[in-house]
Amino acid sequence: MIHQYKLGGFNIVLDVCSGAVHLVDDIAYDIIELFEKETKESIINKICAKYFKTSQDEIIECYDQINELKNGGNLFAPDTFEPMAGVLKEKTAGVVKALCLHVAHTCNLNCEYCFASQGKYNGERAVMSFETGKRALDFLIENSGTRKNLEVDFFGGEPLMNWDVVKKLVEYARSIEKKHNKNFRFTLTTNGMLIDDEVIEFSNKEMSNVVLSLDGRKEIHDAYRVDYNGKGSWDKIVPKFKEFVKKRGNKDYYIRGTFTHANPDFLEDIKVMLDLGFTELSMEPVVCAPGEKQELTKDDMPIVFEQYEKLASLMLERKKEGRPFTFYHYMIDLKGGPCIYKRISGCGSGTEYMAVTPWGDLYPCHQFVGDEKYKLGDIFSGVTNKDVQNEFLSCNVYERQECKDCWARLYCSGGCAANAYHSTGNIKGVYKYGCELFKKRMECAIMLAAANELDEEE
Amino acid sequence: MTHIKTIKTRNLCSSVKKGGCGECQTSCQSACKTSCGIANQKCENKAQSK
Repeated sequence: MIHQYKLGGFNIVLDVCSGAVHLVDDIAYDIIELFEKETKESIINKICAKYFKTSQDEIIECYDQINELKNGGNLFAPDTFEPMAGVLKEKTAGVVKALCLHVAHTCNLNCEYCFASQGKYNGERAVMSFETGKRALDFLIENSGTRKNLEVDFFGGEPLMNWDVVKKLVEYARSIEKKHNKNFRFTLTTNGMLIDDEVIEFSNKEMSNVVLSLDGRKEIHDAYRVDYNGKGSWDKIVPKFKEFVKKRGNKDYYIRGTFTHANPDFLEDIKVMLDLGFTELSMEPVVCAPGEKQELTKDDMPIVFEQYEKLASLMLERKKEGRPFTFYHYMIDLKGGPCIYKRISGCGSGTEYMAVTPWGDLYPCHQFVGDEKYKLGDIFSGVTNKDVQNEFLSCNVYERQECKDCWARLYCSGGCAANAYHSTGNIKGVYKYGCELFKKRMECAIMLAAANELDEEE
Repeated sequence: MTHIKTIKTRNLCSSVKKGGCGECQTSCQSACKTSCGIANQKCENKAQSK
């Protein structure tokens, strides 16, 4: 299977199963489009008629180049991966390597669009005790097999509302990681309200990544991200984020925004982030129940698609000007990205990745927390709900009929189980809007990667 | 005349041989938290052949 499209002044041909990316001229583009549908003679006749200023010999030469690519396995490569679909998960069954620790099911902001219902996940407010968190880290080590790199996210709600426990857990993990031959990678996701010098210093030493929530334009941010008095948080958090990032050096961070029906023109928000001096950016479509006012509508989609294309152009422009920036969803490493096992296995939720509630219950991921039927077990007794875990274990890209004909399937791995569940009622369903957005992002990402590769060669 | 410029990419078919170590980051962990994309992940397999 191939996917061909025109973007950013390039004719791009992606060979889905080999992963090869070809930049082609108009003649090659048209030949490739016909290649598997018509005979050589018919194709040559059609292309000669269309490109009458080009000699027939040259068109035949182009046809032969395409044929060589096919014979070399770099074009129209067949999908031979289906038998391997369950292999990685079976091989690693029972291994847990990442936990999302919900250290605080409470929040000091009251954002209407919060998928976690203001941090409470439709339950009671709660914070995680050190003992529970410590047990979660022990559970992770006990179940991590030979995995060296273990990921732990401090999540909420707002994790800084339980900061002392976060620090103690980091200290505890550091005290045992060498003994167990592990390497903990911590992430902190915060709304910024409680950031102070001490949080900055500790996080910049210990957190591999920090995710800082900012929606961009002040009026957009303050429409949703408000305190319990309804007051916007932009003025309070932006100076803190600036300070945090300034002191972070080369360590990873993301300024992470959410866009909703209120701002499908989210590029304007990204520009605000750039003007503030931030360069590592992530902007996510809102996740909400169907019919809610913040939900992106069908009419928003063309605007969003246009924003993604304009964003890609802006990235190229700024790179040329020596002012590059990163957009999370356009990060793609064509030369060293994930292997095929990872690409067909799905995201790892419910198997290698789980979320832990403040009282120690396990869920397949943070987006399932609060949905009792998806409770997997707890950190004390382990996974006891094998039926649910098996559902996630068997979740891979070939389980979804809709994915079989999709060119992007080896880039999304079948998509987000939670998004699928919330939009279709089934974790093996397909969240169609999400797919459309994802495909557009991948087209842009591949174009940018190809453009950058060309730049480097020159 | 060259009509086609092939960008250097990891051959996915070849990654069958040495892939599958499971050391790479869990999808969506650490950044977006609301969508799944594996394309932006780094391969952490020290033994893999590119």
